[in-house]
Amino acid sequence: MSPTPIAWQAETVPVAGIALHLARAGAGAPVLVLHHDIGRPEPSPFDDALARSFSVLAPSHPGYDKSPRPDWMRSVRDVAVVYQWLLGERELTRDLTLVGLGFGGWIAAEMATMAPRAFKRLVLVGAMGIKPERGEIADQALLSYIDYVRRGFADQRAFDRLFGAEPTTAQLEQWDLNREMTFRIAWKPYMYGATLPHLLGGVATPALVVWGREDRIVPLECGERYAKSLPRARLAIVEGAGHFVDMEKPDELAQLVIRFVNEA
Amino acid sequence: MHLMYFTEQPMSAYDAQAGLDFGATALMFSNRHFDPVAGSRLYNEYLEHYRLAEEVGFDGIMLNEHHNAPFCMQAKCNVFASILAAMTRRVKLVLLGNPLPLADNPVRLAEELAMIDMVSRGRLVSGFVRGGGQEQLAAGVNPAYNRERFEEAHALIVKAWTQTGPFRWEGTHYQHRVVNPWAVPLQTPHPRVWIPGVLSKETIVWAAKQRYPYIALSTEIEATKKIWELYDKVALETGYAGGPEYRGYLQRCHVAETEEKAMANAKQFMWMQGEFTGLAHPVWSSPSGYFSPSYRTAFVEYAVGRRSNPRGAAFEDQITNQQIVAGTPKTVIPKLRRLLEETRPSIMGFWASDGFVSNEDTKTCIRLLGQEVLPALRDIGKELGLWSPFEANAPTSIHFAEPARLKDAARQA
Repeated sequence: MSPTPIAWQAETVPVAGIALHLARAGAGAPVLVLHHDIGRPEPSPFDDALARSFSVLAPSHPGYDKSPRPDWMRSVRDVAVVYQWLLGERELTRDLTLVGLGFGGWIAAEMATMAPRAFKRLVLVGAMGIKPERGEIADQALLSYIDYVRRGFADQRAFDRLFGAEPTTAQLEQWDLNREMTFRIAWKPYMYGATLPHLLGGVATPALVVWGREDRIVPLECGERYAKSLPRARLAIVEGAGHFVDMEKPDELAQLVIRFVNEA
Repeated sequence: MHLMYFTEQPMSAYDAQAGLDFGATALMFSNRHFDPVAGSRLYNEYLEHYRLAEEVGFDGIMLNEHHNAPFCMQAKCNVFASILAAMTRRVKLVLLGNPLPLADNPVRLAEELAMIDMVSRGRLVSGFVRGGGQEQLAAGVNPAYNRERFEEAHALIVKAWTQTGPFRWEGTHYQHRVVNPWAVPLQTPHPRVWIPGVLSKETIVWAAKQRYPYIALSTEIEATKKIWELYDKVALETGYAGGPEYRGYLQRCHVAETEEKAMANAKQFMWMQGEFTGLAHPVWSSPSGYFSPSYRTAFVEYAVGRRSNPRGAAFEDQITNQQIVAGTPKTVIPKLRRLLEETRPSIMGFWASDGFVSNEDTKTCIRLLGQEVLPALRDIGKELGLWSPFEANAPTSIHFAEPARLKDAARQA
């Protein structure tokens, strides 16, 4: 039996000169979900699952999917500030849980360092942002659009279900646009901030760091370093999942988040 | 006409099977297959070819550079230009060109080019390029800002050449506390700038707006005509009339003593186009943000193997459409006449051989071009009124109406 579909409302919010696209659904405590570098899949079963328990805000990052590209933007921190601005306008900071998926996890971590006590909970899933000491973060510049996304799945059938065995050209073009924006703000150093590990120590927000056991995009050691650097963090590993845990194990990840947010 | 000799400087002495097995001979194809013994021999053969080209009457030597790929072992055109500045006496040194976006310090390029201009006694033509897609990755430079960096680096270099320092540069991609190079070009207002290109409309429009000659790199005749249509339209909008002095063309052209030999050697032009080795990689050659947004659909489909290279065509087709011309002097001259009549360039580069063409055959080709083909082309050029920028005294650029010339004291000396 499939659950009832979630009705998402779309709106455009002007922030920093950007007509930011924001999808909203559900009721209850607010949760901001920050999507991957490849963009937000539609439909998104993970976002749907959260929207059954929370009031979910799912923006498109500036320059990704439905949000236009700000030519001036140069760093992941710029994105983090744009979201702080958005939350400030909406008076949403209190009681808000930040959920960052992959690249979105890096944005969430930057936001947490900027406002170390502002959020209720922080969830980082396969987050970029920290330089691995042993392995490497997979370089999408060397991989085709399809190969890169496939690399983020432990089970290729999950990719096929979501995008089709041969994704459409429209999908490829969207991945290309999103990749271009990623290059614009995270080209060098690629997918990490050298100063971020030094700043995580001040984050008082309780944090859950989630990693797919078979993440072949961001090594698990980065999850271990996040869990060590954030003072109130613990690491949860999802078996049988790759980098895109939310796409591969949407319900399992949603349950982890729901339990964590509702913990006393 | 201005007639130039060109070679890609192929590094053909590697294990071709290793390249085929790897599936690409670009960027990530390991340089353990690079043999410096062969490299040393080839560099010196290429120098010999350049010397011969001057001897047999070419007006210019065209140089370029590429990185991390055997199809071109010239990793820095300023190095060869420096050698040739001292080794040659008459030919123009036409760099097509320095890949500006790859430079993190354009002022250093301005200095190097000024040094080449002085050592060569004012024979530099300084072309600029964006660099290939894979070169952005080889240099670690952000492909998404390629065009912005190109334009800003160009503006900075021209300023360093034409305005006395010290001055400060606070740009979007380049910031320099002090620009004050103690090396400035011998030519005034500055060396001529020519802009080569293949596909991007943006580059044609930019060159036309700057009033810089555009050099079409081996495009087929109909496509070349479209380039000139666009160039001439932008020129008119900018306030001048386009014409032969703004048009250059790089022709793959192999000449031998017999048709059979010429055709067999011309097949080697397919070497770097990936027909039997020299394989480009569809992802690395087109990083996101590098290519023109109007080609996005074509490039994303190419990247995943749904479409053939938007830049490539088969050998037989390239012979038919004259992207490759091969034969004896007698048979190639009418073909080149057709190109001159139909597209009216005044600048012609001759890409004489590629791949595994032997040293001897390359030298024969250069000799036959110089002794038999070039004189015929000069006559055709006169007949058709194809005056080069030098012959036409064309302005240096939209900003400098005077033609580039030696500084007065140098002319008197």
